[in-house]
Amino acid sequence: MERDELLAPIVRRIVGVLTIVSLVALVLFGLWGAPTDEVQGDAQRVMYLHVPSAWLAYLAFFITASASALFLWRRTRADVWDRVAGASAELGVMFTGLALVLGSIWGRPVWGFWWAWDARLVSTALLFFLFLGYCALRRIPSSDPVGAAKRNAIAALIAFVDVPIVHFSVEWWRTLHQKATVFNPQLNPEIHGVMALTLWIGTIAFTLLYVYLLDRRYRLAVLEHGRADVELAHAIAERTGVKAGVT
Amino acid sequence: MSGTSLWREAAVVAGKDLRIEARARVALGQILPFGLIVILLFAFALDPDRGVLTRVAPGLFWIAVLLATLLAVGRAFAIETHHNARDGLRMAGLDGGAIFLGKAAAIALQLAVLEVVLGVAVIVMYGVDVHGLGVVLITATAATVGLAATGTLYGVLAAGLRLRETLLPLLLLPVIAPVMLGATRAFEDGLGGVPGDAWPWVGMLGVFAVLYTTIGVMAFGALWEET
Amino acid sequence: MSLVIRLRTVVCLLGRFPALAGADLDVAAGEILLVSGPNGAGKTTLLRLVAGLLAPYSGEAEVLGHDLYHDRLAARRKIAIVGHETYCYDDLTARENVEFFARAAGRGTADVDAVVDRVALGDAARVVHRGLSAGQRRRLALAVALVRGPELLLLDEPHAGLDALGREVLADVVRDAPGEGRTVVMVSHELEIARPLATREVRVDGGQTAAVTPMGATMTEPAAKSTVSAPAVVPAVTP
Repeated sequence: MERDELLAPIVRRIVGVLTIVSLVALVLFGLWGAPTDEVQGDAQRVMYLHVPSAWLAYLAFFITASASALFLWRRTRADVWDRVAGASAELGVMFTGLALVLGSIWGRPVWGFWWAWDARLVSTALLFFLFLGYCALRRIPSSDPVGAAKRNAIAALIAFVDVPIVHFSVEWWRTLHQKATVFNPQLNPEIHGVMALTLWIGTIAFTLLYVYLLDRRYRLAVLEHGRADVELAHAIAERTGVKAGVT
Repeated sequence: MSGTSLWREAAVVAGKDLRIEARARVALGQILPFGLIVILLFAFALDPDRGVLTRVAPGLFWIAVLLATLLAVGRAFAIETHHNARDGLRMAGLDGGAIFLGKAAAIALQLAVLEVVLGVAVIVMYGVDVHGLGVVLITATAATVGLAATGTLYGVLAAGLRLRETLLPLLLLPVIAPVMLGATRAFEDGLGGVPGDAWPWVGMLGVFAVLYTTIGVMAFGALWEET
Repeated sequence: MSLVIRLRTVVCLLGRFPALAGADLDVAAGEILLVSGPNGAGKTTLLRLVAGLLAPYSGEAEVLGHDLYHDRLAARRKIAIVGHETYCYDDLTARENVEFFARAAGRGTADVDAVVDRVALGDAARVVHRGLSAGQRRRLALAVALVRGPELLLLDEPHAGLDALGREVLADVVRDAPGEGRTVVMVSHELEIARPLATREVRVDGGQTAAVTPMGATMTEPAAKSTVSAPAVVPAVTP
């Protein structure tokens, strides 16, 4: 299976329009539609961005790992999976970074400090670095495209296997040795109906945005590959031309 | 390939790496002193008189071991770069899984020696008491296997690449963060706390070690092939 | 007679540079092939590709019946290459190096003794690699290759840096090869030494191969000819 485009043009257009519509809806609901939180005040509104970002971070890495597995499995091996894995990991790093920054911005007024050694924060930070390393690895050029793609796919899976271990060990660490001080129940009251709706809109909007960006990043990877092919054709012509001159 | 030849080939590789270390003494002459100076520097950073050192000794010990692991892994693959030995080893026709087991075993053994020396240093210099020696030894064993396995796996991932010196720490440290966490907590329990509390962490370290050793045996060949 | 090497319009990249830009080559079992050509022609890349150390980018490539895209490890088990470097470890003695490669290939002490003898290492066998002279290193490189009993022996500039004794040893090894069921491909600049040993010569230039007029007397087999054809740039990426 080889494809120049991830989504059919009509699908991409629909996704693009829906992304804009849902993002506008998110802004409206997030800033005005949803009521102000009684305990956290307006700071709570950051959650409408933070929660979807965190969700996308995990989704993106799950897609990277799945695509890598599909690439490694011989029967489904195709460049499309390698490119999807790479594109999704980059978006994953972006959303993870966003989730961390937004969480920090939210934490300052609500907790009183920028950073807390909360289990979820720590494991998200580790996730960020895990896949930042993966992206750094992908950027290193190789003379053996199949070999490099295989290497990257294995690296993605090795890193992904670590995610649950990181998650549980960090969770354990923060609960075994000190009771949760940050997330006391009072800070998490019953979620208001409109608040829940806004969170849902945010999640849908970010997921659509992810799909749209994934498609664009995929296209970019195809073009980069095409350019490399053209350059190679020139290099070969030049090399064999030199030969003709000698003999 | 059959199981016996896997172990035989792994022993050949481990024997080769350890013999080279016995001659060149890089782990003993450079990595070990590096670990010791790290232990010493921590004492400069954290005033020894305030009793902080004793409390944080397990964490400092494992940070020193982690940093030493980076060097040991780098060295394990550096010996394959002189005279293009990497190509020689690839031409030797060895199974990837065997090379992985051999290299990881050699690294694990060197780390074990290092841990013994650093452990003594921590006990002497930080004034640490050991309550549950058994827990400490089992923790160290599981953690060392896990570190050697992941280190070897990421070592080969970076080995053929440009920028490998800077890439290796970025790739490896987040992955072994759980080992650092688990081994430190287990040591806290084993040294000053209730040794029995350490078992869940030891279990986690064991799972980690088995998981990454298995992945290494399966994946090393494909990574080793990449030029 | 079956083909030991079969290449069709092979493109092989070093980074982004097409070191081989559409190479063709057929080598039959028992041949002693000389590969000649100017510097930077792609001779070493050709050998490293055949050795299974480099992956082809496009084209068809088979060695000893193994596809070089997917089956390089299996091919390598039957191939030995003597490169510019010895592939040996500085801190091990010459003999220990030979022993390592022998054990890796499942061979015993007898094989090690025989090979160390054959390349006339003598007392130098007990010297660590970093203490060996250039000539001794070249002979050690040959020993390391031979101890595995390869079906295909690849020699990259084997005459460079070789002393008189080494030349003798090398000539014997190459001459004995067909009798031992071994095919030899050697890249060499020193044509006056290499040509008398070879049964056929192929010239590499600009990353492509061209046949040299066969040296009638030494030709044992009218081996398949080498041709030049336009390389396909389509990468054979997805199997």
